[in-house]
Amino acid sequence: MDTATETHTGHTIQVAGLSLRYLAGGVGAPVVVLHHSTGNPGWIPFYERLAERAAVHVPDMPGYGQSTRPEWAREPRDLAILLLQALTRLGLPSVALVGLGFGGFVAAEMAAMSQERIRRLVLVGAPGHQPREGEVLDQMMVDFHEYVMAGFRDEEAFRAAFGPDARRTFKELWDYSREMTARLTWKPYMFSRRLAPLLREVRTPALVLHGAADAIVPLDVARQYAESLPNATLEVVSSAGHLMEYEDPAGIARRIAAFALAG
Amino acid sequence: MFIGYFTERPYQDRKSGYFGLAGRDITDLSMSNGSYDPALGADLYNRYLDEKVYAEEMGFDGLMLNEHHSTPFCMGGVMNVEAAILARITRRAKIVLLGNILPIWDDPLWLAETLAEIDMISRGRLVSGWVRGTGRESVSHNAQPPFNWERFQEAHDFVVTAWTKPGPFRWEGEHYHYRYVNPWARPYQNPHPPIWIPGVMSRNTVAWSAKHRYPYIMLATEMEPTRQSFAYYTECAKEHGYEAGPQHHGYLFKVHVDETEELAERAGRRYVQGPANPFLEGNQGNIRNFIQNLPGLTSRTQLLPTVSTFAAVARGKDRINADGTFKPADYNGSYEQQVEKMSIISGTPKTVLPKIRTVLETLRPGSIFFWDGDGAMDHNDAMRSLRLMGEEILPACREMAKELELPGPFDIDPATNKPLDPGAVDSSAIERSA
Repeated sequence: MDTATETHTGHTIQVAGLSLRYLAGGVGAPVVVLHHSTGNPGWIPFYERLAERAAVHVPDMPGYGQSTRPEWAREPRDLAILLLQALTRLGLPSVALVGLGFGGFVAAEMAAMSQERIRRLVLVGAPGHQPREGEVLDQMMVDFHEYVMAGFRDEEAFRAAFGPDARRTFKELWDYSREMTARLTWKPYMFSRRLAPLLREVRTPALVLHGAADAIVPLDVARQYAESLPNATLEVVSSAGHLMEYEDPAGIARRIAAFALAG
Repeated sequence: MFIGYFTERPYQDRKSGYFGLAGRDITDLSMSNGSYDPALGADLYNRYLDEKVYAEEMGFDGLMLNEHHSTPFCMGGVMNVEAAILARITRRAKIVLLGNILPIWDDPLWLAETLAEIDMISRGRLVSGWVRGTGRESVSHNAQPPFNWERFQEAHDFVVTAWTKPGPFRWEGEHYHYRYVNPWARPYQNPHPPIWIPGVMSRNTVAWSAKHRYPYIMLATEMEPTRQSFAYYTECAKEHGYEAGPQHHGYLFKVHVDETEELAERAGRRYVQGPANPFLEGNQGNIRNFIQNLPGLTSRTQLLPTVSTFAAVARGKDRINADGTFKPADYNGSYEQQVEKMSIISGTPKTVLPKIRTVLETLRPGSIFFWDGDGAMDHNDAMRSLRLMGEEILPACREMAKELELPGPFDIDPATNKPLDPGAVDSSAIERSA
């Protein structure tokens, strides 16, 4: 353990010769949460609510935050392999896996690779399929402040989460994270044609949550997840945006826990 | 001293709404090509080629071309096409490409072949520069910015190898892979065309150029930071065990010469009145910082002193409103400010020459490039200046360079610091082909 607070602890492990940092809190069945492409800003209220019901693990995905960059990684699948190896290192043979945004893309790759390790899969506003309608908002073509703001339905919630003008530390995190994202999914942007065909074999029960007001990932992508995963339920959260776990941490944590901890 | 001529070849569309003093602001990568007029494009491409031919007649040593994409400020989207034409329609001047944007090439073998053909058609007059390109280029050709520097270096190594190593051979690199490298075209110059590197702000690139002993050409940067950047090159050269001299330092700057001071001022103001490069000092137009700062494109800790005054950075910050919109460009102040700090030198030969002398004394470059005929300047502006440059400026500059001892990269070989044979290019072959 590197750090400890009242709510959570910080740890670093070695995977494939790389340092991997993660935060952990709560007790109960293990739930692993993968963060957005903008990186993990810390132990946010959503994790705290989830940790009231489960043992929550939140890694900085390789190349993000305080986890070493795998210089050789070229696609989300590379992160998926490293994260499965991390679960082995952590002695977690079976987990509920929650992927937020881009973290959901990586989570889906993990499920395609090793479904027996994933008891329940939750994808929240996840990209990964080419939208049949619309496009994923391209963070490479807008200022990152503007990009994160677009994830919120309500600007007030953005300010509450990151401060009126987003603190410098967050901007550095976004800037740094964006570089890793550009290494993994510059082209094609935020999808892989090699993912959907493999998801047909994934029998893991899956919950696909998507905000009806998601301005970053088109709803059609969630529909494609629901079509390709044989045991998926699509739930469109009315009036939620892309970053729904910031705007309604308690409600979204409750919804996810109910699904992830069932069965 | 090597003296080159350059213009960015702006797309001067008077109907466009963004042309001229009262035109609307240009924001980079925000304009559709829907209104592009190929008939106007035809006129302009031919005009700029004609001016290059005249520049050669007037005694310039080099005709410099550059390349940008998806923008009206530079029509050189495929610079190598213009270079190939110049290779055939000019006779003596070097064709100086500053430069091909290596990281955006997915197939640099094609580039090696293209440049070898140009070098042969010109009978050894090609100078082949390389650049990393701005964010605009990475976006336009969708080259992954985090690998920009790696791809630059590997593409360079590959092209030079393809030019010099007898094939066939195999290349299995990090970013480029070939099972059969054996281009049926090799450069006319032996071992290959000279390589010069232009730049504005990357310390990495300066250090890399110094390591390879490639001349480094600063592009219209302010004088003091340019001097500091040359000093950095010299420092790097020392680490590699040699003394850098004027042959390793080049400088592009805006010089316009005219018949009267009135004409010179009218034309000089046109530098900032057309669709000019928004990235360089004092020009109109807006850049978008998030495109300039694409992830991983430029190392955040590897910036040269010039970055502090680099227009794109300095103005970009000043001119963005809280809501993300841009404040209007400062047309009124910028021309005077640029004249004041000699970012624009415009006048009659009598007033221009002392300023050029100041540049030569301050920076001690072995190659200089006059950037003229740009912005809103028309063909007549460009031709008047070229004639006067030929009649008065170039001879005077050569005298100054002799007096100040400023050898160019064709006087002293930057690779060896030894004098070069002026007859290195086969002039009898040129005569035969004429």
